[in-house]
Amino acid sequence: MLGPLQRLGRWGLGVFERLGRGHLFLLRILLSLGVAVTRPRLVIRELYSVGVLSLLIIAVSGLFVGMVLGYQGYITLVKFGAEEALGSVVALSLVRELGPVVTALLFAGRAGSALTAEIGLMKTTEQLSGMEMMAVDPVKRVIVPRFVAAFISLPLLAAIFSAVAVMGGYFIGVGLLGVDGGSYWSQMQANVDFYEDVMNGIIKSLVFGFVVAWIAVFEGHDTVPTSEGMSRSTTRTVVHSALAVLALDFILTGLMFGDI
Amino acid sequence: MQRFPPIDTQPHNDTLVEIRDLHFSRGGRPIFKGLSLKIPRGSITAIMGPSGTGKTTLLKLIGGQLKPERGQVLVDGVDVHRQGLADLYRLRRRMGMLFQSGALLTDLSVFENVAFPLREHCKLPERLLRTLVLMKLESVGLRGARDLMPSELSGGMARRVALARAIALDPMMIMYDEPFTGLDPITMGVIVSLIKRLNDALGLTSILVSHDVQEASSIADYLYLISDGQVVDAGTPDELEATASEWSRQFLKGLPDGPVPFHYPAPDYLTDLTEGR
Repeated sequence: MLGPLQRLGRWGLGVFERLGRGHLFLLRILLSLGVAVTRPRLVIRELYSVGVLSLLIIAVSGLFVGMVLGYQGYITLVKFGAEEALGSVVALSLVRELGPVVTALLFAGRAGSALTAEIGLMKTTEQLSGMEMMAVDPVKRVIVPRFVAAFISLPLLAAIFSAVAVMGGYFIGVGLLGVDGGSYWSQMQANVDFYEDVMNGIIKSLVFGFVVAWIAVFEGHDTVPTSEGMSRSTTRTVVHSALAVLALDFILTGLMFGDI
Repeated sequence: MQRFPPIDTQPHNDTLVEIRDLHFSRGGRPIFKGLSLKIPRGSITAIMGPSGTGKTTLLKLIGGQLKPERGQVLVDGVDVHRQGLADLYRLRRRMGMLFQSGALLTDLSVFENVAFPLREHCKLPERLLRTLVLMKLESVGLRGARDLMPSELSGGMARRVALARAIALDPMMIMYDEPFTGLDPITMGVIVSLIKRLNDALGLTSILVSHDVQEASSIADYLYLISDGQVVDAGTPDELEATASEWSRQFLKGLPDGPVPFHYPAPDYLTDLTEGR
């Protein structure tokens, strides 16, 4: 009779305990952020593995998403004789929503899981313990550079994603379906507001970058040092990041565009 | 000014590490129940006991990586668990630790692994750093392996590199976690002689956690046998050979049955077999 209740209670306590650990870990990261300024080389190295190595998947995905948007946008707009507005439809969809959200989801899958696996493996093979015993704080030496690199990379990748996707929409809309090229760009220029649309998109990707980076490094650091624990941690990074990104996107969209 | 004055005010006495009434449990299971021991300065002290008795945990408690529920760990007169993080890290610079796995940083070469603590803590010119690293590698016989990556090393070589890294900052003590496990006889002989040689040449204090009786006894000045969370026997290898308790005799001679039963506690065998019917 009490079994399910006990299990529910234990599960609830476990969730809150992990949340608490996660927040304390974030506090340690934030208090150690100075190392990113004093030792920028550590961050630059991670920027390469977290950011540069994610470029291909982001660019290719952006191209396909842009091409699909071009098709779908054209099919809908042409019914109303408004295919000239394709440029603004593609650009607004990208900078407001798809750019930050899809990039964050791809980033969580490509770089977030890699970060978790790398940190988790370092824990499993006692490399983090070894650093501690060499009087080197692993949070400063390992975690902070990766956290900062992920936080910086995501908005930049989102910008690249949107730019490539706009070009993808152009290839399909203008190159294949015959939309006027001048209209494509001028409609985009006229209807995309820098503060209202682009800045809000940047704010979204900054928030997503912070959350995905936090989840990835925490899951890696908190991993149970077994092969099963590693597998669970990497899975959790992708699942929790995706859910957090989608939920935060809803909240941020409400806050940013709710009054329209 | 030190925030927590050391309890032992004689840092230059004969004891480098003192553990007093240590209590520690994990997942509700008590690991240490009032463990007390002393590690003399300049000696090799082996802490031995069956698997699962918490030998590695004890090293982590000495290094301040775990916190006990009760009791004290004094290293050079300083209470490890009453230090702030900065003071603890300062103390750790004087402690080396050799992990069972070596714990080498897998993305760095052998040279860079040994250079790692020096780069992190000392602002040395590259030329001097190179000389120091090569000296440390020479002392473990691996100067020629400086450009190899950890994945290219055998288990014994990885442990020797880790040993070179552990002595990089010229510590006052080194803790060895199961240094002989999984090594072939030749490599084991090399590690045994290295531990002895480095301890004597560098004036270190070595704490050796192991269950390899023969190897540990051959170089240790003093042995502690721990079981069930407490020290069950202690003495020099000769003393233990002569006066050991029944439990110690079973452990030291590797007898399959004795005070430590062969069987894990279980209900009656016949009842267990028949109750499923």
